Amino acid sequence: MASKTAIRESAGDRLFLVGIYVFLALVLVIIVGPLLYIVSSSFSSPLAVQSGKVWLFPVDFSLIGYKTIFKNPQIVIGYKNSLLYMAAGTALNVVMTVLFAYPLARKTLYGRNFFMVMLVITMLFDGGLIPYYLVVKNLHMLNTPWAMIIPGALTVFQVIVARTFFLSTIPDELSEAADLDGCSDWRFITSIVLPLSKPILAVMTLMYAVGHWNAYFDALIFLKDPSLFPLQIILRNILILNTIDPSMMTNVNVVLAQQGLKDLLKYSLIIIASGPLLIVYPFVQKYFVQGVMIGSLKG
Amino acid sequence: MPILSHWKQIKRHWQLYVCLFPPVLYLILFKYIPITGTIIAFKDYNVIKGIWGSSWVGMKYFNQFFDSPNFWMYIKNTLGISVYGLLVGFPAPILLALALNEIRGGAFKKAVQLITYAPYFISTVVMVSIIIVTLTPNIGVISKLLEAFGVHNSNLMGIPGLFKSIYVWSDVWQFAGYGAIIYMAALAGVNPELYEAAKVDGASRWQKIRNVDIPGIIPVSVILLVLNCGNVMKLGFEKVYLMQNALNLSTSEVISTYVYKVGLLTASFSFSTAIGLFNSVVNVILLLMVNYTARRLSDSSLW
Repeated sequence: MASKTAIRESAGDRLFLVGIYVFLALVLVIIVGPLLYIVSSSFSSPLAVQSGKVWLFPVDFSLIGYKTIFKNPQIVIGYKNSLLYMAAGTALNVVMTVLFAYPLARKTLYGRNFFMVMLVITMLFDGGLIPYYLVVKNLHMLNTPWAMIIPGALTVFQVIVARTFFLSTIPDELSEAADLDGCSDWRFITSIVLPLSKPILAVMTLMYAVGHWNAYFDALIFLKDPSLFPLQIILRNILILNTIDPSMMTNVNVVLAQQGLKDLLKYSLIIIASGPLLIVYPFVQKYFVQGVMIGSLKG
Repeated sequence: MPILSHWKQIKRHWQLYVCLFPPVLYLILFKYIPITGTIIAFKDYNVIKGIWGSSWVGMKYFNQFFDSPNFWMYIKNTLGISVYGLLVGFPAPILLALALNEIRGGAFKKAVQLITYAPYFISTVVMVSIIIVTLTPNIGVISKLLEAFGVHNSNLMGIPGLFKSIYVWSDVWQFAGYGAIIYMAALAGVNPELYEAAKVDGASRWQKIRNVDIPGIIPVSVILLVLNCGNVMKLGFEKVYLMQNALNLSTSEVISTYVYKVGLLTASFSFSTAIGLFNSVVNVILLLMVNYTARRLSDSSLW
């Protein structure tokens, strides 16, 4: 908007603009710095990490951290479990959200307000931890993979976003016309609504998938069996509680070097755990922005 | 409308109700049953007798919580972290969006946007790990940086007085970029004529921000502020719990972590539920109050 008058800008304005560039550059440095430090550390040697030589670039390039991680059976199991929970959970999320959001967007649904209120109330009130836990327990889902999929079958926010999308993209005239032609609601959903809703389906899938990949709370309270643990729980045990299985340290005898490897492993693990998301991220970023926009239309 | 016609309408669109069945069943099972389950806060929950068979104890567990020596500590910590978080975390994305809005859409702007959103995708576990490794004495980059500036530090995570700041500023680091998206959208929606008018009037960049940009994002800001204030007592469990250690508990124990520890680690189901219920009630009252104030002071509110 200011492009054509840029030449005529006053000295004060130009100084102001310089200030803004400096501010944004500083923001960039603050965000990129720690990330770069972690990536570089993960590619350094245990000794370099432990002696604090790594700043922004790898020192004594080595892949020993990554090699050690992939030998660890716990982490491999965690990766597999997380992928499974993410795939199954996201599929269920998308189906449930559409099943809820589409009827809520239809004026012909008698009792629409009742269902809407029923949905919104759950945003204001919740039973809290223990009653939630007891429900899952009484359904005999504790310590089973179901506990990672069913209790989080939908989020109210996503239903409202999807409903807003349906309201604005599927005109009432369209469903009325289909109705007159004798098209059933079910057929209308599968052959008209879903093909028209690809953008929102993409946004929803991504948001739910990231949520599943990053979740650890449900696993913390519902799972006890280590063979069911998702990656995040295993990360927590290694990264935060500092409990490393001694068998991870193969071929290392010196205590000092072990300590160094222990530090190094943390960096490599951070990269391994968030790597997939950060690699996909630049390509899907615009969908997330879209999701936030649709959500903000009417919240 | 006569009842007969409603019935006809329902019959004609029965498939929509079939669609609604699974999600409504889900809400009943996982949202409404837990809400009714909060009555165990007023009972002595016994696993064998179940929720309905256990005996009533009235306000016993609420009083036990109010009288506990650490009651005010939990409240103080919860509110302290939340309010500090709100004071810093609320304006940060606005500031970023206003700054980004000033520069033209080139590679630099794209890069700043792409990079500032990225930390949003990092999981809580990894985020807390990043905090811990960057603060590790002699090894972590932030710890070394402080050392270089002459600030000698041992284990920063173990200093109770620093817990709030570490929590809040790392949140800003992670979420400011993502939070800015919504304000960028609001700024893009400002009527271009207002900018034209400002230009004709010879407004400086700063005047344009103050008189056009900021009024343009006020409605969105008020709604987000109301929502954030409504969550003041709902301070999330996940990050606080992971950042806790034996040394910082005096400032890091908040209501949600206490509910978890009392409830699931020591199996005092009724006591834990009473604390959770007290928390939710305070929270709903806060939300209603803030929303009411927002409606009185400006045109925007949640309802």
